[in-house]
Amino acid sequence: MSVKETLIDPLVNRNPVTLQVLGICSALAITSALDTALIMGASLTAVLVFSNTMISLIRRLIPNSLRIIIQVTIIASGVIVVDQVLRAYAPDAARTLSVFVGLIVTNCIVLGRAEAFAVKNTVLMSLLDGIGNGLGYTAVLVVVAAIRELFGAGTLLGYEVLPLAANGGWYVPNQLMLLPPSAFFIIGFLIWGIRTWKKGQVETKEFEEVRVRPAAPDPATLVAAGRAAS
Amino acid sequence: MSGLIDIFIRALLIENLALAFFLGMCTFLAVSKQVKTTLGLGAAVIVVETISVPLNNLIYTHLLKEGALAWAGLGHLDFTFLGLISYIGVIAAMVQILEMFLSRYMPALYTSLGIFLPLLTVNCAILGASLFMVQRDYDFTESVAYGFGVGVGWALAIVALAGLREKMRYSDVPEGLEGLGITFVTVGLMSLAFMGISGIEL
Repeated sequence: MSVKETLIDPLVNRNPVTLQVLGICSALAITSALDTALIMGASLTAVLVFSNTMISLIRRLIPNSLRIIIQVTIIASGVIVVDQVLRAYAPDAARTLSVFVGLIVTNCIVLGRAEAFAVKNTVLMSLLDGIGNGLGYTAVLVVVAAIRELFGAGTLLGYEVLPLAANGGWYVPNQLMLLPPSAFFIIGFLIWGIRTWKKGQVETKEFEEVRVRPAAPDPATLVAAGRAAS
Repeated sequence: MSGLIDIFIRALLIENLALAFFLGMCTFLAVSKQVKTTLGLGAAVIVVETISVPLNNLIYTHLLKEGALAWAGLGHLDFTFLGLISYIGVIAAMVQILEMFLSRYMPALYTSLGIFLPLLTVNCAILGASLFMVQRDYDFTESVAYGFGVGVGWALAIVALAGLREKMRYSDVPEGLEGLGITFVTVGLMSLAFMGISGIEL
């Protein structure tokens, strides 16, 4: 795979969230405001780049039977560093994200990329793969968070975009957008959109669809039935 | 006692890990095609949650918390930043031990759980429950009630979703929304229904 493909493909063509169904938990839970979504995206990208690079560096030294536990330890160390940095320099954001920064340890994107890419590719390519997948994840987060914040609170990054009715404007915020279920609907429809655009991503069906219609009656039998009736 | 029941009901319904906090979503969406498999997976989650949350509670209060090492004359140390790495280690080890125990003493259950047992290590519902336990400062008995409650709640949610998806195979879903897309919308509706319970004050 070329450098460009490794970096660009995870944005839409092989997006970790919408196609591979990885890292859904945090994509749903912290997208009610745009700024938390950006911080979360940056944290995950940092952890992913760190873990991919480290695992790729020592990929020839890791014994196969111990590889999962070594990978999880490397990932957890990266997450602890990110968590401490956030607590020191962005305490408000750290409080909003609460346990979700810690949950990057079990975010399937990180372990998934380590298993699927970093253990068999060179350091540079793994680094680029980390950046690409981190950006793909951030892109989905930003789209969902922008929709939720814009319609749920009328703001973007805290600035009022739609003038609120409470402040003399015309927009009455839709509170449902700030509640958890709206994230499911938005991601569901996002997947619908992407799959209508890129037909190749539609899942193959598990079964064949057969429509059963009553067979059209044969004209000859109709004529015979008519004769019999008369 | 009423405090424990309160924590249990809260974890089971009002603060359901799957439908209110979106934890364990990867497994939740990927392995919810048949009711039969989800029953086995749900049972495994209940067992692992009920053991790992109290175990992590012991580790937190006796080893990591500030001043917890006072018995060894090291009262000034605060190891809370090592929390993440210890909890995930405990969970991984616990799952491994449970796997060996089940394969030796309950082979029938072991075979029916199959691959789901080792996969529980990376299920965020398990680690998430431990992190919430620390954040809310539960004591040992409370953490047992909490662990059991979140386990049952998660199992309930995944079995319900699998029941819906089994019926949905006969529906005419628009192309492109089929599979993952419609599953998201279904879970959204389920989550809305669960929000109806959230007004209950205990």
